[in-house]
Amino acid sequence: MGKITDGKVETIDYQGFQLTTLDKAIGAARANSMWPLPFATSCCGIEYMATMGSNYDLARFGMERMSFSPRQADLLIVAGTISKKLAPILRQVYEQMAEPKWVLSVGACASSGGIFDTYSVLQGIDRIIPVDVYVPGCPPRPEQIIDGIMNIHALVKEESLRRRYSDKYKSMLNDYNIETDVK
Amino acid sequence: MSNSTITNEFALARLSAKFGDKIISSETPFDLLTIEVSSADAHEIIQWLKEDEVLKVSYLTNLGGVHYPTEKDREFAVVYHIHSLVNNFRIRLKSFIPLSNPSIATITDLFVGANWMERETFDFYGIIFTGHPNLTRILNEEDMDYHPMRKEYQLEDDTRQDKDNRFFGR
Ligand code: SF4
Repeated sequence: MGKITDGKVETIDYQGFQLTTLDKAIGAARANSMWPLPFATSCCGIEYMATMGSNYDLARFGMERMSFSPRQADLLIVAGTISKKLAPILRQVYEQMAEPKWVLSVGACASSGGIFDTYSVLQGIDRIIPVDVYVPGCPPRPEQIIDGIMNIHALVKEESLRRRYSDKYKSMLNDYNIETDVK
Repeated sequence: MSNSTITNEFALARLSAKFGDKIISSETPFDLLTIEVSSADAHEIIQWLKEDEVLKVSYLTNLGGVHYPTEKDREFAVVYHIHSLVNNFRIRLKSFIPLSNPSIATITDLFVGANWMERETFDFYGIIFTGHPNLTRILNEEDMDYHPMRKEYQLEDDTRQDKDNRFFGR
């Protein structure tokens, strides 16, 4: 018989059976079939479009379908400058996404306000929603965005199926004043 | 102005003949005829320019505000750029208004396109266009409580902590 060592999957007697844990199997399924919601506003949005296009082709990572409804998306890709007027809308989009959900912040503007240190621009989306991976650059090249997505995949594969019940996750959402239906 | 069928001198003479002292001053920076008029007369003069059979200055290119915090009782300027498409001629009108009463008559009755430009000028400078049908903020958040292009407000976001103030002019 095979056994699980270090999270690796082993075949049993080369018979086509595999042994793993449910967490890992579902994690792998989630990671390789993400439905991203692109929230692309400015120049970084153009780089994001190149990433989606046939040259860089995000579809080969199981991200064929861009979800333009937050209710069916697992990954929020925020690419571009978010003005303070847009901030409540971004937050509403995040709140409408169903668990489990992850957030990728693409570019200096989304991550920190970037060059727009000004009264009208939100100084980083992590002031209103939690962010999992930051991609630096102004704008980042498509390779960097793909690297960010690979980091998201690594997170998703390791994520516990019960993340939303964990105290740490709940207290993080609580810090952002985001309501959850998990009691 | 090149390719224009009327000259600055001709237009100024025609304006002066009609309005006399209401044209407070005039200059031609970069060959663009610029006249200063009082806020009470601005509407009348713009209307005349639009309707005049010779000048036909009937296209509003731009409308905006300027803040001069050190000019006593002339703190705000409202600037109109108007264009004659027939004569290929441009003219600029400036009207100064005081901080204590920053208001001027709307020209939305003459140019429908002035609607959003006046809202923007109100949004950023707090200039009141009396008679405007819907003078509310257009670009900034509705609940913003100041007019950000006035020079007493800093442009930077004051909640940033990761920047050294010495290098950012704060
Ligand atoms: S980070 Fe740079 S490229 Fe990206 S949206 Fe901001 S200014 Fe544009």
